[in-house]
Amino acid sequence: MNRICMRQMSKGQTGQVTRVTASGELGRRIRDMGLVPGATIQIQGHAPLRDPVAIKIMDFTLTLRNNEADFIFVEIT
Amino acid sequence: METTIALAGNPNSGKTTLFNLLTGAHQHVGNYPGVTVEKKQGMCVFKDQKFHIVDLPGTYSLSPYSLEETVARDFLVIEKPSMIINIIDASNLERNLFLTLQFLEMGFPMCIALNMMDVAKGRGILVDTQKLSTFLNVPVIPMVARSGAGKELLMQSAAKLSEKLSNKKPLKISYGADIDQALSKMQEMIELNGFLTDDLPSRWLALKYLEGDDQVKKLGRQHNPDLSAVLEEISHDLSNHLQGSMDTNAEAIIGEYRYGFIRSLIAQGVVQTDSARKPFYFSDRLDRVLTHRIFGPVFLAAALLGLYHFTFTFSQAPVEWLEKAFEYIRQMAEAGLSEGPLKSLLISGIIDGAGGVFSFVPLIMLMFLGIAILEDSGYLARVAFMLDRIFRFFGLHGNSVVAYIISGGIAGGCAVPGIMATRTLKSPKERLATMLTLPFMNCGAKLPVFAVLIAAFFANYRTTVMLLVTLAAWLVALFAARLFRSTILSGEAAPFVMELPPYHLPTPKGLIIHMWGRTWQYLKKAGPVILAISVILWAMMSYPQLPAETQQAFDMQKQQTISAFAPDIIHELSMGNETGNFSAAALSLREQLNLIDAREAEEALKHSVAGKIGTAFEKLSVYAGFDWRVNIALVGGVAAKEVIVSTMGTAYSLGNADMEEDGRLSTRLRSAQGFDSLTAISLIVFIMFYSPCFVSVVCICRESGSWKWGAFSMIFNTAAAFILAVTVYQLGLFFWY
Repeated sequence: MNRICMRQMSKGQTGQVTRVTASGELGRRIRDMGLVPGATIQIQGHAPLRDPVAIKIMDFTLTLRNNEADFIFVEIT
Repeated sequence: METTIALAGNPNSGKTTLFNLLTGAHQHVGNYPGVTVEKKQGMCVFKDQKFHIVDLPGTYSLSPYSLEETVARDFLVIEKPSMIINIIDASNLERNLFLTLQFLEMGFPMCIALNMMDVAKGRGILVDTQKLSTFLNVPVIPMVARSGAGKELLMQSAAKLSEKLSNKKPLKISYGADIDQALSKMQEMIELNGFLTDDLPSRWLALKYLEGDDQVKKLGRQHNPDLSAVLEEISHDLSNHLQGSMDTNAEAIIGEYRYGFIRSLIAQGVVQTDSARKPFYFSDRLDRVLTHRIFGPVFLAAALLGLYHFTFTFSQAPVEWLEKAFEYIRQMAEAGLSEGPLKSLLISGIIDGAGGVFSFVPLIMLMFLGIAILEDSGYLARVAFMLDRIFRFFGLHGNSVVAYIISGGIAGGCAVPGIMATRTLKSPKERLATMLTLPFMNCGAKLPVFAVLIAAFFANYRTTVMLLVTLAAWLVALFAARLFRSTILSGEAAPFVMELPPYHLPTPKGLIIHMWGRTWQYLKKAGPVILAISVILWAMMSYPQLPAETQQAFDMQKQQTISAFAPDIIHELSMGNETGNFSAAALSLREQLNLIDAREAEEALKHSVAGKIGTAFEKLSVYAGFDWRVNIALVGGVAAKEVIVSTMGTAYSLGNADMEEDGRLSTRLRSAQGFDSLTAISLIVFIMFYSPCFVSVVCICRESGSWKWGAFSMIFNTAAAFILAVTVYQLGLFFWY
């Protein structure tokens, strides 16, 4: 078992979301886009300035900033 | 009876394409009441039956995260369409179904248009439409909206559904023991009291209370304050319990269970994954290059430069044709009309005014075509992704970049469609900060002024000056935004949780709709407003006329000059000739006469209302190096930047020679007294940053919902521009001149 925060994931790494601690508007948006516990994600790449990050989730690409990724915890598979 | 259908779905699901397919040319675009969200409606006739189709804004959910979601939800709750057509991207089924479930929980009669079957198949995703239809208990029609395949079947299904419209049993999803228990308790109370149940299912209402939906709570309080209070208390207790026992909240659990429900659907065989399924698509491979740490920015710079070259190379010829056409009309009017105020009004007011605007339409159209290609292909979303970090530093959002580019970020756009494009920004403060700094960009109307000044003083450094001007515009805009965001518009940044849509080849039809929409916004602005302004400016520059004795004095002077020449030379000149081959003496006479005319024109202008205004401002404007003639043009430019060149042309005119051509005006400026390269730099700086044109101001007022922001932008920008221009001019005087 290897639980880390999404910000710490490197390019190409895959994992399963275990916990989302964001609340309010950000939490709602993150959930609506499918970032809920149980979802499988893969880091697709970072923007040239290392922030934001692009991830593959379900069948699409989602972007979020590093400080937004801090609310998401992932178990590396 | 006419059936109202709400067309709903995720962004990038092909909703607009389907809407165009169903309604064709019968569209009407407006706004939802009280908000700046576009509302598109249209008619679809199928087998003699009329359907009124309303295109709901594209949303991922109905939880009120954004204005679009609130609007979509309110439309469903308040306007109650007869049925919903839910468009779903088959290649992205899981996320799209998240919205579908929420419609089903509301119990609307619905059919699903399962779009992009071709894309899904190409990716090895096979959707069992039969199974999906059975599980969700709604008709599912596979289609490809881009090619029109499946349209007939969809409308057949919608027509069949409309025959027996009745709210169906809402979908019931289990949300786990804690929530289900609370839900059934609340449901019972809601049903017992007939609480809003005429229109909405009881379970949905209870869910909205648990999710903490303020709009629904407000509606409930109006209907039955006591019951609403009880429901709110139950929700509150539950959330306390969940927080205490599991460190989570009802809203989060509801979202998780919805996605759980979808995953179980998929697992039950709704989606068959082809063995040839690739985990990474073409789009992802492209992203590896286009958003690469090094290639990404390089490609971005190349794309923007390419767009710039594309626009300016291909617009040159049509711009010249249009200028020639207007020149021709002008000559016709010149020859065909008798001397007098009417002729002057027609030529200097109307023809020159319209010419100034329409000559630049090809340039603006091409710029918007280029932007539409970048946008429709999905590339602009990547630009926002790559530049978000920089924009965030200045208190803006990655999406602000799109509005900046449309407004003239690479020289040659228009702030009006740019202001409209800020609608994609979710945070009102980020949106305002973007909107207020957009007018600093070099729009298509400022370019001709720069062209004249560059031709006059920096002819050899054209590219360098344009590059500097573009860079300066960005720097000032970004730092101004930062200033706003840390003072009057301070606040939280909106999340960057966004979808990067897959790249795709833009369709010609889509590009034309996009390009034409923005060009039309420019034309609508340009047409009537600039024409009216040209006429007003003409009047201000022509009246009051010189007193009779001054005019006589000039006539006398002319007579004296003429009488100094031999009669045959006078005769030669008055006969005129086609080739323009005059003798040296005749040319000299003509020159002298032109000089007197010019002095008279200058006197007349100074005497006019505009001249007096210009002179009044001179006391202040000398610090920036502008004399009264420049001031007149600048005052005119507040109305519309397009008129600066034509006004300067008149103000610096020599007699009645043609002042419209850039080359000639620039020659005149070079020889004009009190105008040197430092004045030109100071003037460029001032024009770049001073008050937005009138139409932009009106647009800012409308989009921000307050006239105050419009007034603010006029005052702030003019003050900032003045300070910058004075600084440049005074430093220049001190160090170099």
